[in-house]
Amino acid sequence: MAELTYLQAISDGLRGEMRRDHRVFVIGEDVGVYGGAFKVTLGFQEEFGPWRVIDAPLAETAIVGGCTGAALMGMRPVAEMQFSDFVSCAWDQLVTVAAKQHYRAGTAVPIVVRLPSGGGFSGGPFHSQNPESSFAHVPGLKCVCPATPADAKGLLISAIEDPNPVLYFEHKHLYRRIKGDVPEERYTVPIGKARIHREGDDVSLITWGAMVYTASEAADQLEQDGVAVEIVDLRSVLPWDKSAVLESVRKTSKVLVLHEDTHTGGFGAEIAATIGEEAFEDLDAPVKRLSAPDTPVPFSPSLEKAFIPQVEDVARSLRELAEY
Amino acid sequence: MAIAREAEPVGSLSEVREAGLDREDLLGMYRNMLITRGVEERGHILYKQGKIPGSFYTGRGNEAAAVAIGTAMGPDDVGTPLHRDMGVHIVRGVEPWRIFANYMGRADGPTRGRDGNVHMADARLGLIAMVSHLPAMLPVAVGAALAFRIRDERRVALGWFGEGASSRGDTHESMNFAGTRRLPVVFVCDNNQWAYSTPTHLEYAVEHLADRAQAYGFEGVVVDGTDMLAVYREAKRAIEKARDGGGPTLIECLTLRMEGHAVHDDAFYVPREMFEEWAKRDPLERFRDWLRENASLTDDEEDEIAAGVKHLLTEAMRRAEESPLPDPSTLTDGVYADPDELHPPHH
Repeated sequence: MAELTYLQAISDGLRGEMRRDHRVFVIGEDVGVYGGAFKVTLGFQEEFGPWRVIDAPLAETAIVGGCTGAALMGMRPVAEMQFSDFVSCAWDQLVTVAAKQHYRAGTAVPIVVRLPSGGGFSGGPFHSQNPESSFAHVPGLKCVCPATPADAKGLLISAIEDPNPVLYFEHKHLYRRIKGDVPEERYTVPIGKARIHREGDDVSLITWGAMVYTASEAADQLEQDGVAVEIVDLRSVLPWDKSAVLESVRKTSKVLVLHEDTHTGGFGAEIAATIGEEAFEDLDAPVKRLSAPDTPVPFSPSLEKAFIPQVEDVARSLRELAEY
Repeated sequence: MAIAREAEPVGSLSEVREAGLDREDLLGMYRNMLITRGVEERGHILYKQGKIPGSFYTGRGNEAAAVAIGTAMGPDDVGTPLHRDMGVHIVRGVEPWRIFANYMGRADGPTRGRDGNVHMADARLGLIAMVSHLPAMLPVAVGAALAFRIRDERRVALGWFGEGASSRGDTHESMNFAGTRRLPVVFVCDNNQWAYSTPTHLEYAVEHLADRAQAYGFEGVVVDGTDMLAVYREAKRAIEKARDGGGPTLIECLTLRMEGHAVHDDAFYVPREMFEEWAKRDPLERFRDWLRENASLTDDEEDEIAAGVKHLLTEAMRRAEESPLPDPSTLTDGVYADPDELHPPHH
């Protein structure tokens, strides 16, 4: 067991898979000589050479489409979008080609697209988004959003092993801020399985990604008031762990769904609707959603702070539920 | 002024032998062309009989280009043929009854009723199923070539697109990436001069689309797409060049789409003289005439080939009609692949 940052855990998992399986290669903008915009692949090109750590032209369509073609020929490509925001340029290749290929033609497309996501550093409208909800609506794709270093490594290995296109949303805010114990050996974390981040009996809080930590701080505050919050870290949004969510809701009877993405049509809506359909009789309060408002991600620190759900916002929502 | 090389027509049988084809190969290509046209003509009949749901597309006028390029591919090469390239499926060995079954949405079509038309491919034959968003398959072809390059395999990927699709950014990204890495890929442009109703001068402003190749750092060549043997020669040259590490080539096959965009479209916007002029260069008749003059194709041989194709297609239609519609209970099957469909790690 070693203590690694979230970023080191991603690197560690990726490097291990490249050593283990010669089919795995990395492609993206500036991933080779430069080691990636966030240095996830630093030193990879020295170890694996320029044909397994491929500096691509500035062309997301070619990168993701190229991964699909290589995967169909038996490779296990891992693409890096420099920022998750730029995946919009590869939408067609993911949604039109990769996601539908197995259903139509019966051919598997085992690709991973790494997506540095999330805000909190004045990245502005084009370097801060959390686009997981858009892709969670696409049958044929899988979407994972690890929050801890251990999950970052285990989910990346699962994503590379998976025979389907997997979008791996890695939260930039966690890269160097979050450290944790990560087993040195190879292990997987199953896609579609949630993790109970904190146990509690009074209110359930369903979230994922960097919001797990915001939720934790808010839960600490509630604890002082005698309210025990259970935090369910979803870890994957497609497929998502419905049974873990419903189990927690049935225990607490009150639920807050929290995400950093914008509100309307955000993945929280799917969770809330499912709870309404399947656990209505168990609820003691209306399902509550807390998210960013329906605006682009603003640049200025004061605006961005107002945009991203803060600890106080979460604590307020939890109190409202506790008092309902 | 054209930048791309303009390919000469093929003359004699000896020239063809130099390109690696013997008389038997030539008769096989002729037969594949007959099957290609026959599949689409019979598909049209099935459509009019109400047996094909949705719409129906043909590649009439493009049969020579498709068959020639399919023939020039090596057994381990791969490609992404489109809706005008039925001949590629035929050459690679897709059985016509399965094509009819796909047209009709039956359980035995290559897509098991999940997709229609020529949106199909048999991966075991080195083909990758197209999508409607053209030219979204070009980056995929480039990715296949990238895999061959990473593994140092002497294999080539072929990516098809039309002159309409040449206007989209995928084309640029694919050619630019393939050029920078000198990947073993051949880009084939089916330039049939009409993207639905849009003529070429509204799609591009260069003389030939193949002129663009130079800007990507590789060779472009324009070839008469109704000349089976000229297309074969250029495709073979480009494929072997790619196989030998010489990088990509863009081959532009110039034809005329002899029918509407799809069966509902009467192509009123195409000048009648244009159809008349290109009808004189019907690729099938043109190749048959060439075989008669240069390879002493006899009436008996011709009749025998035609009768064999007729029998094949009649049987194929019968067998396809016997194929059931997919069971609705299988609707959600196959959205995701299972791990056991793929091979274990390569150490």
